[in-house]
Amino acid sequence: MVSNFPKIPSSLITPKEVWMNRRSLLAGAGAAAMMPALGTEAMAKLGDLPKLETTKTDFGKDLKPTAYDYVTGYNNFYEFGTGKEDPAANAHTLTTKPWTVKIDGLVNKPGDYALEDIVPKVVEERIYRFRCVEAWSMVVPWDGFPLADLLAKVEPQGSAKYVAFETLVRPEEMPGQNGYFQALPWPYVEGLRLDEAMHPLTILANGLYGEELPNQNGAPLRLVVPWKYGFKSIKSIVRITLTEKQPPTTWNIAGPSEYGFYSNVNPNVDHPRWSQATERPLGGGLLSSNQDTLMFNGYEEQVASLYAGMDLKVNF
Amino acid sequence: MALAIADPLNQRLKGVPVWPLYAVALIPAAWVWWQALTGQAGPNPVRELEHGLGIWAFRFMIVALVVTPLRDWTGISLVRFRRMLGLTAFWYALMHLGVWLALDRQFAWSAITADLLKRPYIIVGMLSFLALLPMAITSTDGMIRRMGAASWKKLHRLAYPAGLLMALHYLWLVKSWTAEPLTYAAIMVMLLAMRLLPRQKPARARRAAT
Repeated sequence: MVSNFPKIPSSLITPKEVWMNRRSLLAGAGAAAMMPALGTEAMAKLGDLPKLETTKTDFGKDLKPTAYDYVTGYNNFYEFGTGKEDPAANAHTLTTKPWTVKIDGLVNKPGDYALEDIVPKVVEERIYRFRCVEAWSMVVPWDGFPLADLLAKVEPQGSAKYVAFETLVRPEEMPGQNGYFQALPWPYVEGLRLDEAMHPLTILANGLYGEELPNQNGAPLRLVVPWKYGFKSIKSIVRITLTEKQPPTTWNIAGPSEYGFYSNVNPNVDHPRWSQATERPLGGGLLSSNQDTLMFNGYEEQVASLYAGMDLKVNF
Repeated sequence: MALAIADPLNQRLKGVPVWPLYAVALIPAAWVWWQALTGQAGPNPVRELEHGLGIWAFRFMIVALVVTPLRDWTGISLVRFRRMLGLTAFWYALMHLGVWLALDRQFAWSAITADLLKRPYIIVGMLSFLALLPMAITSTDGMIRRMGAASWKKLHRLAYPAGLLMALHYLWLVKSWTAEPLTYAAIMVMLLAMRLLPRQKPARARRAAT
């Protein structure tokens, strides 16, 4: 009877090595066996990736980071599949060295910049809340540097009002960009107003937990804007363009009535299809409580002035 | 248009007892619960549990709705198993609803009420459940007798809207158009659409005559 069903796209089928491995994990013991729902690559442990030179900061010193396995095993990165475990299972195919970021548009120093020329030798640790638009959240100890530092280097021109970002398109390494059903148009694009981009909380991250970013988290360079829903924090950036006009953003194109350009975390403005008043912190287990979502994800004091006088229900 | 294997297969199936299948059909539930309860369902076990139970409700609903077109088009009859399949879909939907109320919304009744009034996918899911409920209640032989076959049959056409609402519920709750809910919805729509096609009477008539 089951064989009568239409073909399921191969992207939906767990690769054999993943479920085989799942079984061996089940049979085996140890910490890894606690998460057999995740793919082989999710089993990358803290300590597997090269260490970064970091300085501690006060950002989020009172927050308790979500476990590394969860931060790196539960991701939305549709270039590697739409399932939460897909990026961890599939992103190992991505080549991140060498990596070039094109910086262009309204800047005095446009060019193709090698990653090494963008990322400082010593980066800052920033422990931030991360709130997904799907109403789950985690706390991530990012490593990175203020986007403002990079922008200062390339010298935005006076007419620049927005910053546009673009993710890599490389179908041969990104299975989500292959096949007859693709969840989003590529490249994934995002954007910020220039003042949002220059805000001291906005960083480009090249690591987490003191190590290089795992591919599934957006290696080798991603944006982190902690007061906005997670999808604004674009991954695996290959292009940064300063513009005069508000740039298009992927989720806004996919669902204009559901995902606005700003997409600030706001418990008072629901997603048209679900409430944003509460969130589920990852890793709390089956019986953990939901927690109230905070205005601007808890960064109200720092960023509310950016939106003074704006109706956030209209500019959602 | 009956397949050559239909008759021998039907003979074989006659020997398969139905009641143990009620338990077999709950194995996926046991698996999903076990993973969630033993910390093996990843960082967001409530979501996994909810999704696991919901998707299995959908799957059993699909298989229950396969029974009629399969018989009409191939002569293979799984009618004996249909009640088990439909009831199983109901048990899964009930567990799915229970997990949503207790573990996801955590009995926050004001939020639940708001969801039920405002969120189309939740309204649609609830309507689907409400369509399953009277079918589950009237699923006994006694109820069929009491209601009379004709009106019982009429009531159990609720399976069609229930199935469609499930498809809509799944499509509506994901962030964008993704392959999995679209595939499930396509299967559901196809199974219901097949009922609108002219029936393959000969297969049924021949079977009835033997």
